[in-house]
Amino acid sequence: MESILNINQLTISFDGFKAVRNLNTSVKTGDIHFFIGPNGAGKTTLLDAICGRIKPAEGSIIFKGGVDVTKMSEHQIVELGIGRKFQVPSVFMGITIHENMELAATKKRSIYSSLFSKLSGEQLERIESVLNTIGLYEKRYRTPAALSHGEKQWLEIGMLLVQQPEIMLLDEPVAGMGRKETEKTGELLKEISKECSVVVVEHDMEFVRECAGTVTVLHEGMLLDEGNMADVQKNPKVIEVYLGRGGE
Amino acid sequence: MSTYILQFFNGISVSSILLLAALGLAITFGLMKIINMAHGELIMAGAYVTYLVQNIFLSFASKDLFDIYFIIAIPSAFLVTACIGYLLEITVIKRLYGRPLDSMLATWGVSLVLQQLARSIFGAPNVDVKSPGWLEGGILVMKDLQLPYKRLFIIVLVSCCIFGVYYFLYKTRNGRRIRAVMQNRSMAQSLGINTRRIDAVTFALGSGLAGIAGCALTLLGSIGPTLGTSYIVDTFMVVVLGGVGKIIGTVAGSGAIGIGNTAFEFFTNASLGKVLVFLTVIVFLQWKPQGFFKISSRALDE
Amino acid sequence: MTQFISKLRTGIAHKNTAVIITFVLLSIMPLFLSDFRTNLLGKFVAYAILALGIDLIWGYTGILSLGHGVYFGLGAYCMAMYLKLEASGGKLPDFMSWSGQETMPWFWKPFEAAPFAILMSLLLPALLALVIGYLTFKNRIRGVYFSILTQALSIIFVVLFVGQQAYTGGTNGITNFKSIFGFSLSDTSTKLGLFYVSVSMLLLAYLFCNFIIKSRAGKVLVAIRDGENRARFSGYNPAVYKTFVYCISAALAGLAGAVFVPQVGIISPAEMGIVPSVEMVIWVAIGGRGTLVGAIIGAILVNSLKSGISESFPSIWSYFIGIAFIVVVMFMPLGLAGSITQVKQKIKQVLAWKERKYGEGIPDTSETL
Repeated sequence: MESILNINQLTISFDGFKAVRNLNTSVKTGDIHFFIGPNGAGKTTLLDAICGRIKPAEGSIIFKGGVDVTKMSEHQIVELGIGRKFQVPSVFMGITIHENMELAATKKRSIYSSLFSKLSGEQLERIESVLNTIGLYEKRYRTPAALSHGEKQWLEIGMLLVQQPEIMLLDEPVAGMGRKETEKTGELLKEISKECSVVVVEHDMEFVRECAGTVTVLHEGMLLDEGNMADVQKNPKVIEVYLGRGGE
Repeated sequence: MSTYILQFFNGISVSSILLLAALGLAITFGLMKIINMAHGELIMAGAYVTYLVQNIFLSFASKDLFDIYFIIAIPSAFLVTACIGYLLEITVIKRLYGRPLDSMLATWGVSLVLQQLARSIFGAPNVDVKSPGWLEGGILVMKDLQLPYKRLFIIVLVSCCIFGVYYFLYKTRNGRRIRAVMQNRSMAQSLGINTRRIDAVTFALGSGLAGIAGCALTLLGSIGPTLGTSYIVDTFMVVVLGGVGKIIGTVAGSGAIGIGNTAFEFFTNASLGKVLVFLTVIVFLQWKPQGFFKISSRALDE
Repeated sequence: MTQFISKLRTGIAHKNTAVIITFVLLSIMPLFLSDFRTNLLGKFVAYAILALGIDLIWGYTGILSLGHGVYFGLGAYCMAMYLKLEASGGKLPDFMSWSGQETMPWFWKPFEAAPFAILMSLLLPALLALVIGYLTFKNRIRGVYFSILTQALSIIFVVLFVGQQAYTGGTNGITNFKSIFGFSLSDTSTKLGLFYVSVSMLLLAYLFCNFIIKSRAGKVLVAIRDGENRARFSGYNPAVYKTFVYCISAALAGLAGAVFVPQVGIISPAEMGIVPSVEMVIWVAIGGRGTLVGAIIGAILVNSLKSGISESFPSIWSYFIGIAFIVVVMFMPLGLAGSITQVKQKIKQVLAWKERKYGEGIPDTSETL
């Protein structure tokens, strides 16, 4: 499999504190790649760098062997095909759920298109099918204000799905969810990965074990280990730093 | 040569007043992300308190004691405006927490009411406040260059306030609490800091500083209900330029605007001067949009 | 009976009802009002056009502009220049000779042509907004900082216009017009005509704004209001959208100014200042932000009140508007339109209950209101 993302010698610092140090890794196309590690390891910072929220001090992130996304602005990165889901669910409260999906579904984001072009039948069907998958079809004409925390997470994932990105970045997608909701999210994830590559930052080890393809362990901004979950779990360094410390 | 020095000195003088006016605003803005549009009226209130103190002395005290009135006026202005600010916070501002744009509108309403109150109580025309005798005249620095005592006094007063605020914020426990809330509100709350009280007290402090600024302004000319409006936009610009959270930013900002205004006015004329200052601010903000924050939270939009 | 009730229910629920009623009322008002008051209403209609622009940027996109008077003033001044040149017959206007200006300034000349003046009254504000928008939104200057900059902009323009007396009439502004398109401005029929022109312009402005709001672009605007960064991560460039609406609102303000000036007969820098600019926002706040029709109602209502109250008790007006600011923002953030929507919901519920009751002829045991 080729790499959809190549991270080369990435260094990110905040006022002198190095959150990510000289990180080298890659994400293979079609994989579900988990980044785990204790708090402060640099996982969310890494996602921030990929989606353009933060600019690194050094290094590059190459998308599909072509462009370096560290040089681009957030909305341009989205247009490339990189989608991000944030830790704290953020959907648009002032418009209906269906309209939230409409905004995400279209590829034409210029003012002219937003004013004059309508979504194609195919796009509308896709929205409906995703709404069904995440279970929000009945509520689609209401605003997200009425949704529970878990439902808001799913809506956000749904919006990402309908964006049809090539790679999806999920930051703690099951945070705050109960067992059942977590399971459902896991199934959602497996569905998603059939169409795009997925990068996940998570703490819930059950969840990681169930879904992960590749796992990268970060510690203090550096790569500690990488491989499949079974191998990584056996690494004594990893156990000492993370898994042995009461991680689930 | 002496003209340039005088202009520079005037620039510093204007900056110092702006600084005093802006300091209170910068503190409350840094803490609560609220811009109080009634801040100018708090300055006006401080000036009117000075006027009242002067009148009380004129009516009840002997002539020799008159010059002391100003010493009494400064803390009086501080206390009265601090109380007004405190009341404002617990009735209006508190309810608009998290809605900065709406707070601007609500406090604008407060400013309209306060201005009209001033008009009803004191009358629309400006009133004069007689400066104390010991501030008349100035230091003769060079031949034909006299630096007025009034302006020197203001600079000294402002410096004292700056040091006072600095000491309070950085060397006392309450000051530390205020800074904690400024930097991370939810964390401060979970540490047991009563953020409501901090908000109210800080707002009162900021308002009190505005009151002192108003008191200082009585030395420079007559005062009236529209005193606040002439200073307020420049004060806002100082906050925008100087950024938030560091006193040095406010000092730098007021220095820039004060000296900039004086300089541009001197070289061109009043109207072009203001335009140039504004353009410079916009250009500067292109290069360094300081004054707004790096996204450093997990939530996208707060 | 059931049919009547369901029709009533759909009628009340229909969003367009309020709009239709408003425009019908406006059109027939001249029959009930004196000439003086009709003219006054025409002025308020101009303000309503302005309010629509402000609702577009503030109610829907979350941009608080406290200096929109600048755009209104620019549009008004453009129109005023045409009117002034028509009054002086193409020769040097009176205030210029008083100020010592000997020849016609070059930029005044083209305004002799009405189409040019009208075009400029829309274009000039829009261009200024484009520059300001580009310089601020591109650098992600937003929220409170942006509002402060708009205030500074307002002061700049007031100072500029007051200072350049020879070109702009200074503090007194531009006045003493005689006719428009050949019709005398003192004729009642001209004034009535201008009134209906205002109402038509308002209707056009409303339809235009409504088109934007209902399109996907309108949803993007709301998204930007609710979460600008989130909109960015959905692939939309907020700077472009914000600049776009800002320019539209500036053009609307300019249109309002152009419609205002022939009816009122004067434009001065006072209209461009901070105080009137902030007041424009409160019209929309009281009427109901984010509803378009609320902006129209707010503008007309508040200005009518202002006329009524200031005529008799000027100082009370200051207290009134100040307290209105505070109360509406604190306790009625959705304005009148919001409260009306709540009343509508209640009526809908009652009618739904009644419909069930009459429809089945059986008392409905599950009476939930």
